[in-house]
Amino acid sequence: MSTKFGRLVSLVYKRRFSTSTSIQKGGSEQGVKSLNLCSAINQALHIALDSDPRSYVFGEDVSFGGVFRCTTGLADQFGKNRVFNTPLCEQGIVGFGIGLAAMGNRAIAEIQFADYIFPAFDQASYLPWLGLIVNEAAKFRYRSGNQFNCGGLTIRTPYGAVGHGGHYHSQSPEAFFCHVPGIKVVIPRSPRQAKGLLLSCIRDPNPIVFFEPKWLYRLAVEEVPEDDYMLPLSEAEVIREGSDVTLVGWGAQLSIMEQACTDAEKEGISCELIDLKTLIPWDKEKVEASVNKTGRLLVSHEAPITGGFGAEISASIVERCFSRILDAIKSTVKY
Amino acid sequence: MALSRVASPSPLNLLNPLSSYLSLRRRSLSSLSTEPLTVDTSLPFTTHRCDEPSRAVETSAAELFSFFRNMTLMRRMEIAADSLYKAKLIRGFCHLYDGQEAVAVGMEAAITRKDCIITAYRDHCTFLSRGGTLIEVFAELMGRRDGCSKGKGGSMHFYRKEGGFYGGHGIVGAQVPLGCGLAFAQKYSKDETVTFSLYGDGAANQGQLFEALNISALWDLPSIFVCENNHYGMGTAEWRAAKSPAYYKRGDYAPGLKDYGIAALPLSSLLLWQFLLLVDGMDVLAVKQACKFAKEFALKNGPIILEMDTYRYHGHSMSDPGSTYRTRDEISGVRQERDPIERVRKLLLVHEISTEKELKVIE
Repeated sequence: MSTKFGRLVSLVYKRRFSTSTSIQKGGSEQGVKSLNLCSAINQALHIALDSDPRSYVFGEDVSFGGVFRCTTGLADQFGKNRVFNTPLCEQGIVGFGIGLAAMGNRAIAEIQFADYIFPAFDQASYLPWLGLIVNEAAKFRYRSGNQFNCGGLTIRTPYGAVGHGGHYHSQSPEAFFCHVPGIKVVIPRSPRQAKGLLLSCIRDPNPIVFFEPKWLYRLAVEEVPEDDYMLPLSEAEVIREGSDVTLVGWGAQLSIMEQACTDAEKEGISCELIDLKTLIPWDKEKVEASVNKTGRLLVSHEAPITGGFGAEISASIVERCFSRILDAIKSTVKY
Repeated sequence: MALSRVASPSPLNLLNPLSSYLSLRRRSLSSLSTEPLTVDTSLPFTTHRCDEPSRAVETSAAELFSFFRNMTLMRRMEIAADSLYKAKLIRGFCHLYDGQEAVAVGMEAAITRKDCIITAYRDHCTFLSRGGTLIEVFAELMGRRDGCSKGKGGSMHFYRKEGGFYGGHGIVGAQVPLGCGLAFAQKYSKDETVTFSLYGDGAANQGQLFEALNISALWDLPSIFVCENNHYGMGTAEWRAAKSPAYYKRGDYAPGLKDYGIAALPLSSLLLWQFLLLVDGMDVLAVKQACKFAKEFALKNGPIILEMDTYRYHGHSMSDPGSTYRTRDEISGVRQERDPIERVRKLLLVHEISTEKELKVIE
């Protein structure tokens, strides 16, 4: 069994970007449309702006549609007072968003690439209130005794490798934000998930960093309901049932893991695949239940292994399922 | 009440100011005249790209008296906090405002509670000026439930939502971009109010301040940047930390950059400023006049920077004795010549509003 498990790890390692998916056009059923992830995000933003007059979308170049075209058409429909470009200043963008959210508004900020989020890192801590991400956003609610919060703030940012981004357009910094109390971290795996989760994030009363897998913007296409729907946060999903090993991942990495599951099946290994969706606070119960069933866990993420969120999952599951674990937990990274 | 439990057995009589505050409240202000009274500011304003506000400030006997009372209360409160800290009843970080009272009091006199104020960690007195109570202050300082942030924030994190006081922030300069967001919300809702974002001379060198200034100017936000220049960023004198210590002109010194070989910077981005005003931050009437001017100005034209020339008597925080980087003569010189409370005391006596004895009683 351990040999088989070792081979599975190497399968995950070997997978490169899949290019097999082609974009399908046109929806069949009424109310459902075939959309790519970028259009699904765009639709969610339309709904968010339409359903709440106190919501705003801003970031670098967003009124022109943004570099990935996720915000196309928003400025035309909702006006330049609600959808606007900011200067190139990430710390200012997040700080501004925290202030806007503290006044009871829904501030939807875009950081053009997750790689550019580091100047805003300090503000992130304010997110629980307003603070810049780490110091401001994350702790605003607590340190003001719940008088203020920046729960209306959602920071959208594309993350991950696309194969040609180089060092500063390919990183997966989710683990940094998972370390900050007061922020939620959400990563969708597909267009349908992206729309439902983004709407939940925008309406959730906590500051959220929403990482979008930029690799899937055009590549992933699926049937997406056209109406306004939300998917629950902090709820993982078993997307493939199995009995030999539990695989946990999130975002773009799941498509690679799905392929690995299929390959493993041919060799007689039955894999259970779980999409975590919300990294903080994550659904420990679902992962625990699955590991108790299979006795093995493999976590795979795009981010570097050392200090990655996979280590956090491994540690928690060892703590909870120690007696049940037959084989060592392994983490792996995609190159 | 947690506070009284602590206070009553205390032989140190730490809460003396509290009892004097209570006796103050018994004094009626109604006997004082609210007739307009015009007093000149002690120094002229220095301006940059804007008109000079009139030096003649309209006030009244009642207002001058309330300035004296509020500033005295703040001074006593901070001294009590100092004692409580030394008695280990207040733990953690604590930054005192004594010396700078005129800024909080003068600003409040010029604006309404619908206007927002956001500041850094030296926030006790601003909280008080926005309508907070001493009980809330001391309970918060001591980590009690009755504190203004339920004891969760402590000295650096005072907030008062109903008073438009947005805190209370611990990272130097990080509150300033937040102020832009507040001002944007105000402008969007067209309610003719403004946001005052306060920061120190130390924070004036933070990069995010320039981001905030740029955003505010770009979008004409009703955002007023107030640099409380107490001349020391922690233990570093301003001239050791800033090439241009003329904080009211910040952003407009791009040609100077050229001389130092940084001409490659996009000058246009630094030259967009802004309207600026240097104020004697030890003169409560000057502060009031400047803030009134700034509010009207910002609603019409967008952001303006006010630099308040002020001074803190205590060290930066409780772990700083405040005497290693400046001379005792310097501190006592400011106390004798520029003290904001003494200035109002003189006015009250000159205009025969109060007697020396009455003012002593208040103290």
